[in-house]
Amino acid sequence: MPQLPHKVTADPKGVESGPHFMDGDHALAEGALAAGCRFFAGYPITPSTETAERFAERCPAVGGLFIQMEDEIASIAALIGGAWGGQKVMTVTSGPGFSLMMENIGLAVMTETPMVIANVQRGGPSTGLPTLTAQQDMMQARWGSHGDYRIIALVPDSPQECFDLAVEAFNLSETYRVPVFIMTDETVGHMHEKVVIPPADQIQVVERNWHKGPKEEYRPYQFTGKDVAPMVKAGDGYRFHITGLTHDERGYPALTPEQGKKVVTHLIEKIDSNVDKISRVEEDGIDGADVVVISYGITSRIAIRAVQDARKAGLKVGVMRLITVWPFCEQKIRELAGKIKGFVVPEINYGQIVLEVERCSAGKCKVISVNSCGGAVHDPEEILTAIKEAAK
Amino acid sequence: MNDVVRTIDDATFRKQNPMAEFLRMERMPHIWCPGCGIGSVVTSFAEAVKESGLDMDKIAVVSGIGCTGRVAGYVKFDSLHTTHGRAIPVATGLKLANPELKVVVFSGDGDLTSIGGNHFIHAARRNMDLLVICVNNFTYGMTGGQMTPTTPTTANASTTPYGNYEYPFSLPFLADAAGASYVARWTSLNARNITDSIAEALTRKGFSFIEVITPCTTLYQRRNRLGDGLDAMQYYHDDADIEHGADTRNVGIDYQGKIKVGKFVDRQKPTYLEAVNTHYANVIGDDYELYGKTPPEKKAEEDAKKAGIDDLSEADSTTCDSEDDA
Repeated sequence: MPQLPHKVTADPKGVESGPHFMDGDHALAEGALAAGCRFFAGYPITPSTETAERFAERCPAVGGLFIQMEDEIASIAALIGGAWGGQKVMTVTSGPGFSLMMENIGLAVMTETPMVIANVQRGGPSTGLPTLTAQQDMMQARWGSHGDYRIIALVPDSPQECFDLAVEAFNLSETYRVPVFIMTDETVGHMHEKVVIPPADQIQVVERNWHKGPKEEYRPYQFTGKDVAPMVKAGDGYRFHITGLTHDERGYPALTPEQGKKVVTHLIEKIDSNVDKISRVEEDGIDGADVVVISYGITSRIAIRAVQDARKAGLKVGVMRLITVWPFCEQKIRELAGKIKGFVVPEINYGQIVLEVERCSAGKCKVISVNSCGGAVHDPEEILTAIKEAAK
Repeated sequence: MNDVVRTIDDATFRKQNPMAEFLRMERMPHIWCPGCGIGSVVTSFAEAVKESGLDMDKIAVVSGIGCTGRVAGYVKFDSLHTTHGRAIPVATGLKLANPELKVVVFSGDGDLTSIGGNHFIHAARRNMDLLVICVNNFTYGMTGGQMTPTTPTTANASTTPYGNYEYPFSLPFLADAAGASYVARWTSLNARNITDSIAEALTRKGFSFIEVITPCTTLYQRRNRLGDGLDAMQYYHDDADIEHGADTRNVGIDYQGKIKVGKFVDRQKPTYLEAVNTHYANVIGDDYELYGKTPPEKKAEEDAKKAGIDDLSEADSTTCDSEDDA
């Protein structure tokens, strides 16, 4: 019998309950602390630095540790060590740093190490638009590290949701032993709004699933494609081994095509077979809609205005806000595609998630991308025009 | 060649091996070539752990990629085999998340000082409480004998087929300059010295760096027509001179030249975590909860509280002052 993750309420020491006026970046740090994260390794990069600063400031009071590493490569490497040292761990970055992290995101995926990585997205490629908003790293989050795998990515649309989703990201990462991304953006990151942090006893936190049986029976891995093995921490006498190489249940290298298939299938299936439990999509007015606007993050808030205007003009428009972007809500899109005239997908990129919508709708309805090259949010008029086009 | 005649079965043989306590015997045989020096360093490490009397459950080994990177997979400790060059930052995270651990990094010259060079100097600068053992064979063995940052000028490597024209790093000098608090170098011939050095470094705090010059018989030795492992031992025997306390500016290694070995640097200064705790205790005062106290420290603190003594902050500031003596 696999041991199930243990849900408890948050440690009050990390929870600054009450109403606050704070930006998304700060709310991310508060969410992490509420979730029980006490180790943060990071490297400064606009527009994400405020999360690291907030964590560094709060550390001494909550018994946590912040370390500014020499670069983003070292930051994510330190998280892997930190997680196997027994802590809940987090880092924050933006595009260029996200690129540098990709190698060890792969190591975290392969060693099934829980961690949370927030990407406060800015315009790219390269140094791009450091202070301006974008959603251009959505596909990188999904495919950025080499090899076949799955990850989880959440997208908040407000500072409040930065807090809420930070807690959820830790919970998912502990449940599935997988890196979880919070793919926010400069606008939400720097937007100040009311954030209400609930009392600690109202925040549900998933504890690490510690191995409880005899030491000699411990195996760091199981390749069921459904559940993940419990974890242990260094120093407790398990003498565990983990490696980035393809490995067996003991964590020992096993370099055969058969084992490769077993490991990769497990890494993919442990997410794919649990999509229903992981995926969160907010829907409004879907039933009977002719057009459905699919958006996420800050773009969802812009899209609302366009949808309101379209409804005023008599169009039947539904809204889907992807809170979980990865794993993608394939089934929902497939079902809707046969019923509606078209999807409208505004994103602050040249068209990334729209590719998934196109794939899943399989030519059954129109799919209109409202793309952008980054740097600014959409004008609601552009989205409205696309809605009218889709409704034709 | 005579066939090996074993008088005991394989399982008993593995169990009775004197290294069985330290190695994952089920993973033997290892991948290292005959004459390679990595095994000697691992043996010395095992001897040193025994000598140090440390709890083996509280020692963790981290390595990166390469021939030396495979050490983590063979030793019977909590062990992490990570990505190329990243052993030190992973070890840093491990140590900071669980400060009661003694974290040891095994790394080759290419892994540690080329792709991982930035992490190496920064861990030394922070005086991160790690023991870093570098098996320096002047080449990338796993990928077939390419030039590394320590390959001596003029030596042949597969990527310098007409001889190396770059200037190599002198690793003790690099470690010293970056702030390491303990720096030693030996050759793999000096097995007892390596053991003693590792045992000493295991029981001290701060960033300790031990370089071991070893032969790569299959690639470096062969490509440079330097003979086999025994020839390398002869070279070390004839040309390696012990000079404790040598100025690290003068310990560079020329192609087949003299090798200075010994303990070059041994200075006390607060480790990263000691600096964190001392600083916060000074700045924040009584409200600050010391991060990462080891169980003995926690017990000492509790005992002190019971006895009504509160001299922890004073003890910490003494540690900090000692930096001036370094």
